[in-house]
Amino acid sequence: MEVTGQEYRKLSDQVAPRSPVLKNCIKAFLIGGLICAIGQIITGLVLNTGLGLKDARLIGSSVLIALSAILTALNLYDDIAKHAGAGTLVPITGFANSIVAPAIEFKSEGLIMGLAAKMFTIAGPVLVYGITASIIYGLILNLVTMFK
Amino acid sequence: MPERLGQYTVTLSGRPTILGSAAVVGKREGEGPLGRYFDMIFEDTTLGEKSWEKAESALQREAFMRVLNKAGLSPSQINYLFVGDLLNQSIASTFGMREYGVPLLCQFGACSTMAQTLALSAIFVDSGAADICCALTSSHFCSAERQFRFPLEYGGQRPPTSQWTATAAGAIIVGLGGSGVRISDVTIGYITDLGINDANNMGAAMAPAAAETISAYFKDTSTKPDDYDLIVTGDLGAVGSELFLQLMERKNYPLGSNYTDCGLLIYDRSKQDVHAGGSGCGCSAAVLCSYILSKMESGELHNVLFVATGALMSPTSSQQGESIPSIAHLVHLVTMK
Repeated sequence: MEVTGQEYRKLSDQVAPRSPVLKNCIKAFLIGGLICAIGQIITGLVLNTGLGLKDARLIGSSVLIALSAILTALNLYDDIAKHAGAGTLVPITGFANSIVAPAIEFKSEGLIMGLAAKMFTIAGPVLVYGITASIIYGLILNLVTMFK
Repeated sequence: MPERLGQYTVTLSGRPTILGSAAVVGKREGEGPLGRYFDMIFEDTTLGEKSWEKAESALQREAFMRVLNKAGLSPSQINYLFVGDLLNQSIASTFGMREYGVPLLCQFGACSTMAQTLALSAIFVDSGAADICCALTSSHFCSAERQFRFPLEYGGQRPPTSQWTATAAGAIIVGLGGSGVRISDVTIGYITDLGINDANNMGAAMAPAAAETISAYFKDTSTKPDDYDLIVTGDLGAVGSELFLQLMERKNYPLGSNYTDCGLLIYDRSKQDVHAGGSGCGCSAAVLCSYILSKMESGELHNVLFVATGALMSPTSSQQGESIPSIAHLVHLVTMK
């Protein structure tokens, strides 16, 4: 008996193993939380040096970005991310990794057409839609406050 | 002379001989269960080269040199070289083979390329168009990842259905006479597409193609699964193999313990982090050129169906939401008892 496309896709869904969603969520929660806690600790330490909250937060983010770039270059970030999933993707570390990884990978095609051009292949969409969304958000906020 | 048998099969009356075979692999493949069967294991998967593409070309050269040595031949004695890999414009093959001056025909059949190149080599030799041909294919995890998926250091998660592109190359030299393993029949498959569009589940996309080609072969030759010592697909992986078995059952050709898959053989899935198993043109090539042929040479296997399957998508077609057209080609290998 020949199988139809629809039947087969159903069969394939049944056979394909599922991603362990609960386990993944717990790991993402713990590792993502840990990253955020590290950021908070750094911010706290900087605050103790007498710098303002705004500067301390900026330094906290910068340190996380630098750490994530270094771990990516040391070939360790992807090993952590394999377990952490969204836990390393969502914080600012994921953004740093998504820029550093293609920069390393495509260096073989040259500094301009390789490293520089391909650097934003993964982060590019985040920038485009992130900036667009923030402009729209700003416009709405502006309109709302105008009639207040 | 090649003669048509039924609708899809070509039977090779001269039964071309495999004069030599060689398989070279990367570190992870070497650590797998077939490690001791490979001719060479590269602990450094860059092979000392500056780019992954060059590394894959070097892998091909290594396989080519080793198969020539084993068959006691020089490059000038090869009439035609049928080569293939997964990279755009087949650059691993063309750059790898540019120094040898051997007439060359580049092939693309995704992971089915080893069966495709071997079938063509056998048909060329059996028809008299060539005395000696070489079939050679490769894949490299790192060059495939950067072309088809993400940069190596990108922190993503792979779904359980995904397969691991093997870093491997396999080469076979086909000629006439001698005592080696013979190629008796080939079946060239047609494209099958049941609408699977998940590039992370290529096994599911390719299983129907394997089922079509094998059942066409059984029909053309009036044989059945039990007539063979081994039926080996490459590379359906865990998900694809399971689906393939179910499809064969529906076609009234249930397969037993004489069935396995190259993607399942090359790695130990319980210990190596490869999810559903291996894939890539080098995977089935390396398994055939090492484990399977050595089992045939030692007399443990006599009658083998090698069915390599290919998922014929590209990153562009996947991004455009297209489903995955798949193909499978069959080569019937026998020993002269």
